[in-house]
Amino acid sequence: MNARSNSELKTTSLNTAETSGSNALKKAGTGSMKNSRSESGEIRPAHKSRPALYLDLFLTFAGIGVSTFGGGYAMLPILQREVCDKRGWATEEELMDYYAIGQCTPGVIAVNTATFVGYRLAGPLGGVFATLGVIFPSIVIICIISAFLKNFAHSAWAIHAFSGIRAAVCVLILDAVVRMGKKSLVDRFCIVIFLAILAASLFLHLSPILYVVLAGALGVLISRVTKRNA
Amino acid sequence: MYTLLEMSWEFFKTGLFAVGGGLATLPFLYDMSARMGWFSTNDIANMVAVSESTPGPLGVNMSSYVGFTAMGVLGSMVTTCSLVLPSVICILIIARVLDRFKNAAVVQQIFYGIRPASAALISAAGLQVAKISLLNIKVFQKTGALMKLFNWKMIILAAVVLIAYKKFKFHPIVYILAAGAAGVVIGG
Repeated sequence: MNARSNSELKTTSLNTAETSGSNALKKAGTGSMKNSRSESGEIRPAHKSRPALYLDLFLTFAGIGVSTFGGGYAMLPILQREVCDKRGWATEEELMDYYAIGQCTPGVIAVNTATFVGYRLAGPLGGVFATLGVIFPSIVIICIISAFLKNFAHSAWAIHAFSGIRAAVCVLILDAVVRMGKKSLVDRFCIVIFLAILAASLFLHLSPILYVVLAGALGVLISRVTKRNA
Repeated sequence: MYTLLEMSWEFFKTGLFAVGGGLATLPFLYDMSARMGWFSTNDIANMVAVSESTPGPLGVNMSSYVGFTAMGVLGSMVTTCSLVLPSVICILIIARVLDRFKNAAVVQQIFYGIRPASAALISAAGLQVAKISLLNIKVFQKTGALMKLFNWKMIILAAVVLIAYKKFKFHPIVYILAAGAAGVVIGG
């Protein structure tokens, strides 16, 4: 019964995603889907069939979901390894962009990033499968824990294990950021933007949307004034 | 059935309006608990604790927990899929538009500014985790003893992880699990 309802859920979300995709296509007025794909096609492995690619996305993101402790940011080092290094599905710069967009759009950042990577690799359905992959382990684990281990989170060993995990996670996140910084801080303007927003987000409590929008506007302004070649 | 539809709608709205990560869904859940009574505020406290100490994105874990508490396995699938649906739709539209305009100069310029911002926001998040796990702010405020500000066990553990991570390029999960085991042994 569970399996059936799961597949029902899948088909409904697939349908919605498809309609939204084709709506966006109409809005954007692109001539043919194939063209827009081949433009961004440098990351698409041509040797795989679509269903195999969907399965690959689902499994990869399920693996990423299960190894993420502590929210979307903690996913970054794992994404770098699985998506950039191992599979070449996205560059590190693209991951940065996905994170920035994920901050300003509704929903959980991990899901936004998964949808983006899946879409770029295999179209709207790819986005849906990557997303289902990233949420699947959560649903399974949470259902098991809340069914059998109600007090799991308050047990001493869970608290100790998690404080150890957090110590590792902050190291992994900061290492991932250093890696990204090397690619995204390309000149002194970028360094200024980076430091200003880092300070602001540590000491002020404003919405990250504000920072991202502001930084985007600054990017345009600086490029225009310095006539920087993009 | 009606409750499932209602839950689906509530979580769809949460997914649509909670911008900026998992914890942004929290106020929506408090509101939902007060209005709909599917779970208590006590449940929410337990839910946050469980979501933070299990793998997976926070928002997704919390919605699965709420769905399961109220309606079992089916409930958790409905709430979680409803939560992510708005963001999937949104991202697919944005990705499509970006693909079309990605070579436009202005898009390149926007990303030139956004990338350092993105790095800054992620650094801030990493530093927040470091603050929580490596420092004892509360103990320090109470006692004023500077030596007690630092959680030495965890700082040493973090240093070991950093050195090992730089030296051996294992998968991050290896370090996460090892650090979890170390936490149990040394008692964080």
